[in-house]
Amino acid sequence: MTTTLIKGKAHKFGDNISTDLIIPGRYAHLRSSLPELAKHVMEDADPSFVAKAKPGDLIVAGKNFGLGSSREHAALVIKLAGISAVLAKSVARIFFRNAINQGLPVLICDTEKINDGDELEVDLKAGRIRNLTSNTELVFGKIPEVMLNIMHEGGLIPYINKYGDFKL
Amino acid sequence: MGRTISEKILSEKSGTDARAGDMVIAPVDWVFVQDTTGPLTVKQFRESKHASLAKPQRTIIFLDHAVPSPNRQLSNDHQLLRQFAQENNCHIFEGGHGICHQLVAEKLASPGEIIVGADSHTVTAGGLSAFATGMGSSDVAVVFALGKTWFRVPETFKINLTGKFQKAVDAKDLVLYLIGKLGADGATYKALEFSGNAVASLTIPQRLTIANMAVEAGAKVGLFPSDDITKQYLQSQSRGTNYVPLYPDSDAIYELVIDINLAELEPMVAMPHAVDNVAPASSLAGTRIDQVFIGTCTNGRLYDLAIAAKILKSKKCHPNVRLIIAPASRKILLDAMKAGYIETFLQAGAMILPPGCAACVGIHQGILGDNEVCLSTANRNFKGRMGNPEALIYLASPATAAASAVTGEITDPRGLLR
Repeated sequence: MTTTLIKGKAHKFGDNISTDLIIPGRYAHLRSSLPELAKHVMEDADPSFVAKAKPGDLIVAGKNFGLGSSREHAALVIKLAGISAVLAKSVARIFFRNAINQGLPVLICDTEKINDGDELEVDLKAGRIRNLTSNTELVFGKIPEVMLNIMHEGGLIPYINKYGDFKL
Repeated sequence: MGRTISEKILSEKSGTDARAGDMVIAPVDWVFVQDTTGPLTVKQFRESKHASLAKPQRTIIFLDHAVPSPNRQLSNDHQLLRQFAQENNCHIFEGGHGICHQLVAEKLASPGEIIVGADSHTVTAGGLSAFATGMGSSDVAVVFALGKTWFRVPETFKINLTGKFQKAVDAKDLVLYLIGKLGADGATYKALEFSGNAVASLTIPQRLTIANMAVEAGAKVGLFPSDDITKQYLQSQSRGTNYVPLYPDSDAIYELVIDINLAELEPMVAMPHAVDNVAPASSLAGTRIDQVFIGTCTNGRLYDLAIAAKILKSKKCHPNVRLIIAPASRKILLDAMKAGYIETFLQAGAMILPPGCAACVGIHQGILGDNEVCLSTANRNFKGRMGNPEALIYLASPATAAASAVTGEITDPRGLLR
């Protein structure tokens, strides 16, 4: 089960962060060595990201996060880097499914007022994001129930292993 | 109330009255992976409690992204996929057969089918009226196991096409123009449905090019109706019995209608580092290029190579330009040899690569140097896409690419193609 309370620091990115920026094709040879691959997460968007990111931290982005390739490795390496959730104004379709299928919460909200380095607290159950730095609160968009259930089981494979089928 | 093509396919397959916004579970007709998404799919499948494939005859593995393998790790991934195919009795297309999406179009996809692939350009088969969409490895692993998946029925944007292309303006220019208009997230979660009286004049290679790039506007599918052109294409592959006509109802509900007169389009180019960053090729005259790449699931078909060959016939590439050509399938390469195109390319100074994804994905076969500029017929120009974040990628049609290879700078091909 995914924990329902998330706390960490915001790492701010802009609009249209592609899967090539998250994990480029030139590292395709590391895809069967996931911990090695994860050392390159977000490398072309911010080369210092891996060194800065601490377990529990959040990626906060603009619109259309994760556009491009279907490579689930993009969601997977973000999770392996210890990132607890992705907050974005909007997210590309395939990345959205991939992240939830890996048990990585992706929350759609107005990220405009979140600054790099802000301390955030997300209550997944209540649907609230508290910005502890600016002492403000945000709400995030509703996730389809099937995806919510997949996320709460920690991903699609644990979900299917538990239920044997999709429950809409 | 009438239905769109997406609603028709998803209703038929799910056995429900599927309307935009509904969630449905539907059986999948073809499911596939390629060599860079396949190993994770195999891992996820093995972590499921399912020991065998739901539909081994409908589960396909393609080796296309990294063939021939450039290194030991990817060779080992290929071994893993070969072994999985053997153990599970599913078909594998070895390296050299071609790009998954082209082979799906040549051999597998039929109108009205649902196709799920672990590759975002699975949408290509929408050119043959299949509800074809890309998903990640976990989703595909579950389709391997259950033979079905869940879908949110998409709202549809109707792209109403009228008129005729000018000489040297083609499908790629249309789809780049459309993406520029919609924006890279303008159609997220939506279906693009192409209609209007110009559709009947678009060949299957042109439709595949257009459908291929639907995902670059965020769309879930890019669908063409199934008509006489579709029927003739399937007949030419001895699959004529798979033909079914498929059109939207005249009173289908569309979220948005976009009208495009093909006659008003000009050669278009997507500039670095975004596919929706488009401009007319003529406005980029003088932009010097180091490499031209003609190929990919977007524009590596015989139709595309014919256009490039027409421009390159009896000409030489500019001395500062490396021209790389990769046919999208073995059949295309053989046909291009018979038609004399390959000889034309070699005489012009091109390098011919084996059928496959080649330089598109930044794994091998044409990685760019720092500050180098590539003009490519592929579908993506994201920073880092072709193996180097310090390089610049422009996207264009085969005509623009070939014309630019000759001049050494981005060139509107209308002057060169008569």
